[in-house]
Amino acid sequence: MIESIFDSALGLYNYWVVIFLMMTGFYIVISRGNLIKKVIGLNIFQVSVFLFYITVGKVSGGTAPITAEGFEVYSNPLPSVLILTAIVVGVATTSVALSLVVRIREAYNTIEEDEIYAQDDPR
Amino acid sequence: MNWLASMVGDQLPVLQVIVPLLAAPLCIILRRRSLVLPFAIIVCWAAFGVSVALLREVLEVGAITYELGGWAAPWGIEYRVDALGAFVLLFVSGIGALVLTYAPRSLIDEVPAGRHYLFCTLYLLSLTGLLGIAITGDLFNVFVFLEIAALSSYALIALGGRRQALPAAFQYLVMGTIGATFILIGIGLMYQMTGTLNMVDMADRLPAVEGMRTALVAFGFLTVGIALKMALFPLHVWLPNAYAYAPSAVSAFIAATSTKVSVYILLRFMFSVFGLEFSFEHLGLGRALMPLALAGIFVASTVAIFQRNIKRMLAYSSVAQVGYMVLGISFATATGLTGGIVHLFNHALIKGGLFMAMGCIMLRLHSVDLDEMAGIGRAMPWTMAAWALGGLGLIGVPATAGFISKWYLIQAALEQGSVLVAVLLLLSSLLALVYVWRVVETAFFREPSERAREAREAPLSMLVPTWVLLGATVFFGIYTAYSAGVAEQAAEAVLRGLP
Amino acid sequence: MVPMYWALVIPLAGAVLIATVGRWPNVREAVTLATGVALFWFVASLLPHVLAGATPGVLLVRLLPGGLSLVLRLEPLGMLFALVASGLWIVTSLYSIGYMRGHGEAHQTRFYVCFAVSICAAMGVALAGNLLTLFLFYEVLTLSTYPLVSHHGTPKAMKGARTYLGILVTTSVAFLLLAVAWTWVLAGTLDFRAGGILDGRASDGVLLVLLALFVFGTGKAALMPVHRWLPAAMVAPTPVSALLHAVAVVKAGVFTIMKVVIYVFGLDLLSASGISVWLMYAAGFTVVAGSLVAMAQDNLKRRLAYSTVSQLSYIVLGAALANAWGVVGGSMHILMHAFGKITLFFCAGAIYVAAHKTEISDMRGLGRAMPITMAAFLIGALSVVGVPPLGGSWSKWYLALGALDAGQILFVAVLMVSSLLNIAYLVPIPIRAFFSKPADGSDPPRFKEAPAFCLAALSFTAVGCIVLFFLADDVYRLLVPLGGG
Repeated sequence: MIESIFDSALGLYNYWVVIFLMMTGFYIVISRGNLIKKVIGLNIFQVSVFLFYITVGKVSGGTAPITAEGFEVYSNPLPSVLILTAIVVGVATTSVALSLVVRIREAYNTIEEDEIYAQDDPR
Repeated sequence: MNWLASMVGDQLPVLQVIVPLLAAPLCIILRRRSLVLPFAIIVCWAAFGVSVALLREVLEVGAITYELGGWAAPWGIEYRVDALGAFVLLFVSGIGALVLTYAPRSLIDEVPAGRHYLFCTLYLLSLTGLLGIAITGDLFNVFVFLEIAALSSYALIALGGRRQALPAAFQYLVMGTIGATFILIGIGLMYQMTGTLNMVDMADRLPAVEGMRTALVAFGFLTVGIALKMALFPLHVWLPNAYAYAPSAVSAFIAATSTKVSVYILLRFMFSVFGLEFSFEHLGLGRALMPLALAGIFVASTVAIFQRNIKRMLAYSSVAQVGYMVLGISFATATGLTGGIVHLFNHALIKGGLFMAMGCIMLRLHSVDLDEMAGIGRAMPWTMAAWALGGLGLIGVPATAGFISKWYLIQAALEQGSVLVAVLLLLSSLLALVYVWRVVETAFFREPSERAREAREAPLSMLVPTWVLLGATVFFGIYTAYSAGVAEQAAEAVLRGLP
Repeated sequence: MVPMYWALVIPLAGAVLIATVGRWPNVREAVTLATGVALFWFVASLLPHVLAGATPGVLLVRLLPGGLSLVLRLEPLGMLFALVASGLWIVTSLYSIGYMRGHGEAHQTRFYVCFAVSICAAMGVALAGNLLTLFLFYEVLTLSTYPLVSHHGTPKAMKGARTYLGILVTTSVAFLLLAVAWTWVLAGTLDFRAGGILDGRASDGVLLVLLALFVFGTGKAALMPVHRWLPAAMVAPTPVSALLHAVAVVKAGVFTIMKVVIYVFGLDLLSASGISVWLMYAAGFTVVAGSLVAMAQDNLKRRLAYSTVSQLSYIVLGAALANAWGVVGGSMHILMHAFGKITLFFCAGAIYVAAHKTEISDMRGLGRAMPITMAAFLIGALSVVGVPPLGGSWSKWYLALGALDAGQILFVAVLMVSSLLNIAYLVPIPIRAFFSKPADGSDPPRFKEAPAFCLAALSFTAVGCIVLFFLADDVYRLLVPLGGG
């Protein structure tokens, strides 16, 4: 019993890291009004998913997927390849987001969400 | 010549995506406005031509598959066009082409001339993404195309003339990215279970692992992610501002296509990949979607009634209309699905046309405020007549496309014996009547505002595409072989599942 | 094949033509009249087919792959309605020329265009071969009459038009469309067939609900409590009230109910199951209540509107009786009431144009100034009451026979009471106009009649009320197949 708890708590530590990062990022996006912080949160959120993919691809006891003498078990290379694409998408998203923030700052002179909305719709 | 034609014919699926994709960077090279716009318009019409050819082929011989780069599935990426996909391709590319044809005059007014080539680049990229989603048979590829479409549309929205466009685009970006990442997680989990990304392959392997919790988690992530992307109530908050403050042409294009393609993804994942039995009978997706859809219809329609900014009003109406599509899907019967799918098409025509008409108003009034639109029907009779026609379609008046969708949906509800849903559906059209009629009454029967008195009719270059699209809503309200007919086939194909 | 679609094409083409020549009033109005004559001539040319017992059909378009189509089909009831609407359109056009010019109305081109479109829709309703076609034209009729009701553009007109549109569209979309879709799901067809399509398709309970949906969904029939739009629509120019809100629109409503009763439910089903008994009571209530409310109105057009509410329920009652006499009487009342009520409205408009009076209390002593108008009013009123030798007496006679045949003596009494009420609120108006002095004690005004076009129109319909009394036998022969033999 204790062993199984131990297994799921520590043996799957990589998944716990993923979940922790995911929740951290998500929380930042939701809770922070500063647009730059939102972008950072978004990044953390995305990175957690990248880690998740790479974790999935790891075969325990396997080595890097390069054919070589003496190795029988290889990790799955496909998730890493996929995540390369996802990283590119993530970088693109970040750059679009940052350039939007720059323009928002030019237009509103602030990057705090509530101040922006207050300017457009004073109540 | 024959040899050439047959070679092109074989390559149709890849041409559908690659033509606009390659044309996008070329726009940056061409750069000059007088070159870029005609070039981009031609490319869009070419993409439309390809989709017409694809639909004809699919209707004749059934689903087509294409191995990208010659790599056989499931290792390589497979493109797969069935009736549903071809139908989506057709209206996305068709509306894309029509809106871009309409765009040049309105762009002069709303976007600085120096950025027109960038507009074309982004527009083509967005089109590529949307077409790619509808054509690919590979799950990860769906994500990539989704992000191509989304990233370019964030930038397109940010081109809007008023500064509110910027926070709107940012909000869309944040929520869109969360949605896409959720989808990515879902895909990852499914890959983890089945070891494949090919949809057909996955549909084969999923039944063996469907009992596992991982499948449920994947399903949950995907549902939420897609719901965000298609602005299903209550995950719609990004949509109204994004549609309201984007440049007119962008509003028209995105409103007509983007949420529809997300609904397509929902259909693909829930029916083709997970399968009817798992999604609906085992997990009861229908029971979850139906109340959301109905709530969305009523809440969004009610909010729409109180909007002063008419583009925002139309945006809320879009949220409501997504509700109709999802409602049709939630029945999970042939009639319901047909209703949902045909509403994808019909609403794309109606809403695209309405936003185009709003673009004409914007051009002449420099405002889309209801009070400024008072009496505009006298100065711009053709524009407002087109608007009224589209409005009737939204209400679902017979002999417009909107009626056809509603008919199927009501029929689906009654077939299942849920008179209540049918009644709610009909009552919701009355809300549409209120928000549409408010505009019609103001435009036609109120004394003209100062701006409206000085306004002139919109130029033909904008009026003609608007009328083509809204005329099509009447055409497809009467002659439905190519809308409801194809939708019925698509619904059957979806229910049958992948081979 | 009988090309019945011409009945739609002619007024539609007329509308387009009117719009294009709108700049020249004389040409525009000549086109209106010519269109009216052409349409009536065409509709009349269909009569021999019906009298020969044929029911020719035309497929307009196949709407849905599942077999749903837009179809026109000629049958006696539709024939009668088409004849009435197209024939009275000519008369009303004549009247409109006098009224609109005499009154110096704005937007006259829009007025004539919308009028032609409305007539097109009325023709579509009359000739519809299935429920969907009927529904389509029913909605077109609502939408195309909206600009006519809101014609003046004043806040009051806008408010009235909003009520008009609100109630008619709400009821039709929420109830009628639901009923149509439900019928489709139950019966698998929407065609109008002799003997009905619903027999044995659902339990009596469902059929009862369905009948209620049909009846209250057809807001144009103005069965209480969905009658409020009709008085609201009186803000429209009088020719609109006359043709549309005494003939085309309201009759489209009761016509729909009649069609549904005869061709969707079938008389046998209704009389055997008794699911229409409640409808008799609802109609009977409206007959009496409408008359009572009419008595309290001082505005002439509003009084006439409530009178229409009451008279329409005669027809609904005829349908609810669900026997041969009731159906024939109700259908005949479509024609008889049309002539009587349009005469009354023509007179109301004439009084408005010539003497600028709208309130009944101001009309005392007006008979000296407008003898022709007031005489016509008396004839119209007596026809609505149902006094021989005027047309209205026949339809009431048949309705009473129907009530007796169905064993519902109560409704014979309702008819009698209502006739008395009709006398009480209609007949005093011309009597006081002829024999009383103006209320303020001033001298009676001197002779000043309405424009000649108006007078011609109202004289024609007043004479029509008398002539119809002698033509009732022909009308009866046209309608008798409706009762099933």
